[in-house]
Amino acid sequence: MKSSAGRLSLWLLLTPFVLWIVLLVLVPHLQMLRVSFQVRESWDTIAWGVQQYQNFFIESYYWRTFVRTGVMSLFTTFLTLLIAFPIAWYIAKMARGRSKGILFMACLIPFWASELVRTYGWMILLRESGLFSSWLQALGWVDGPVEMLYNDVAVIIGLVYNGLLFMVVPLVTTLDGMDENLVEAGYDLGGGHATVLREIVVPWAMPGIVSGCIVVFMLTLGSYLTPVLMGGKDSAWFTEQIFTQFITRFNWEQGAALGVLLLVLSSVMVWLGLTLSGQSLRKVMG
Amino acid sequence: MATESDLSCTGLIRRFGNNAAVDHISLDVPAGTFFSILGPSGCGKTTLLRLLAGFDKPDEGDIHIRGQRMNDVPPNRRPVNMVFQHLALFPTMSVGDNIGYGLKRRKVAIVERRKRIAGVLEQVGLPGLEHRNPQELSGGQRQRVALARCLVLEPTLLLLDEPLGALDLKLREQMKIELKHLQKQFGTTFVYITHDQSEAMVMSDQVAVMKDGRFDQVAPPEELYREPATPFVAGFVGDNNRLAGEVVSVMDNLAEIRLDDGELVRGRVVSAGLQRGARAELYIRPESLVFTDEGLNRGFSSMQAKVRTTLFDGANSRVEADKSGQPVYARLPQDGSAPKLMANSAVRLAWDPMLARVFGADKP
Repeated sequence: MKSSAGRLSLWLLLTPFVLWIVLLVLVPHLQMLRVSFQVRESWDTIAWGVQQYQNFFIESYYWRTFVRTGVMSLFTTFLTLLIAFPIAWYIAKMARGRSKGILFMACLIPFWASELVRTYGWMILLRESGLFSSWLQALGWVDGPVEMLYNDVAVIIGLVYNGLLFMVVPLVTTLDGMDENLVEAGYDLGGGHATVLREIVVPWAMPGIVSGCIVVFMLTLGSYLTPVLMGGKDSAWFTEQIFTQFITRFNWEQGAALGVLLLVLSSVMVWLGLTLSGQSLRKVMG
Repeated sequence: MATESDLSCTGLIRRFGNNAAVDHISLDVPAGTFFSILGPSGCGKTTLLRLLAGFDKPDEGDIHIRGQRMNDVPPNRRPVNMVFQHLALFPTMSVGDNIGYGLKRRKVAIVERRKRIAGVLEQVGLPGLEHRNPQELSGGQRQRVALARCLVLEPTLLLLDEPLGALDLKLREQMKIELKHLQKQFGTTFVYITHDQSEAMVMSDQVAVMKDGRFDQVAPPEELYREPATPFVAGFVGDNNRLAGEVVSVMDNLAEIRLDDGELVRGRVVSAGLQRGARAELYIRPESLVFTDEGLNRGFSSMQAKVRTTLFDGANSRVEADKSGQPVYARLPQDGSAPKLMANSAVRLAWDPMLARVFGADKP
């Protein structure tokens, strides 16, 4: 009797989680996988095939966007890491007491506003009639208004900004647990700054680096608002292709195929990242 | 200047705010010696060690290592290595890589490096453990790896920051002896800081007793024990009984003191210029006290006390007696010579006045 009551409470506790996984993750993805293999011939017949996937490889615009999105996401992730590491180091190792909490809050505060608002903030700064443009003109460095929006640099700025917090948090957590004596020992035994960073700090922070990179990469790869708003019509982000197929062209089969491909890409990249850095998913996420 | 001095400091000062953690420290460590700095926590010994290692800079004073001024040399260029309190072995590297880290920085070729790692591991008694992770080793083994990591670089000076603190009692006793042997074997100059007087006494050639940023006394362990120069050293190094009273007379280095309950006792004067009528403290070691009913030796000084209890601890057994409210400890020989003592019975404790030391008491 007792064990069956225990089992019941276990199931009750698990239900929301199971519902979430099944209804919001498993079912849509399986559905999408199914749709992506359907071939549109006539309104009342269903035929199976890999035509959508063929389209992807034949139509160069598709796979070029795909590769471009992947490469730019990788670059964004790397840039985010470069910017976040000194910030995290300062918060974890240099700041003391109150200032530590305040700095951490300062990283968090922008995320109280929605992505849309944050992106509009950047647009106000970067657009032709924006703040930066008018400052440059006031300083006399440029003659006319400068358009800084609607190019790849603007897209990357926005994406790095959106990813920063998700990189800083795991880095601060891992660096916080590092004994300062390790760094001192590194110097004491004859290492310089670069050596201590490369041989001691980075290997220690590796779980945090990998987990931050995975999160930022997936967020960037799947982001839609920032590339569209800051990159304009020609930003050519892969999520826009999917959107176009589903909403504009009403070609669900093609959209589903592209969605599956994006999922495969992010899974492969995460697996590669873990393998290359010698980390396991459990260690990184635990 | 001593002829062969590995480390010499003159007038070192390091202030934090208004408080000088290291206050006018001068020291001279001859080559190949085991030098300990002994002091209670917060006395500034760790600060001093960090100055020597180069992690911190002195506000005043100079540090010379083998005659070279070190004040402006960064830690990675000093011929000094440090064994940290919690060892600070690199957890992301194997034992071999930990030891090889310093050699790699000196651009020692890989073949030579492997040979020297194996050699030093052999010397510290851990042959063939290169490929293990530091986390897989026991406390004592980790200790030895930390030592090997420094000694493989053949530093002029090895600094040790209470490395035995984290070990359990039995292992600590064992490592004490082992450290001393390793120091003799390598011939490296050790500067060891600790708050454990037994560690300092067992291992060192010279011990500096530190208090409030200053050295109270620098001497070999035996001298420190037998002839403490200050009341602090007398109380801190080894067990000691303290009896307070007033000086009645001073004659030939011997002072007669009236204790607070009126009894007269004698001891050797240490502080210069001790005046009649001044407050004074007499220190007498538990093992110097003998039990006596009659005046067993004419020259001895003695006093009356009341037995509280006996504390049996093998060779270290003691009697706790009460002298006008103050506890007094006397060693209880376990060879049958000690009288049977009952609680609350009166006992007469006697001592050779030359073994007792009298200091002028600090002004209250």
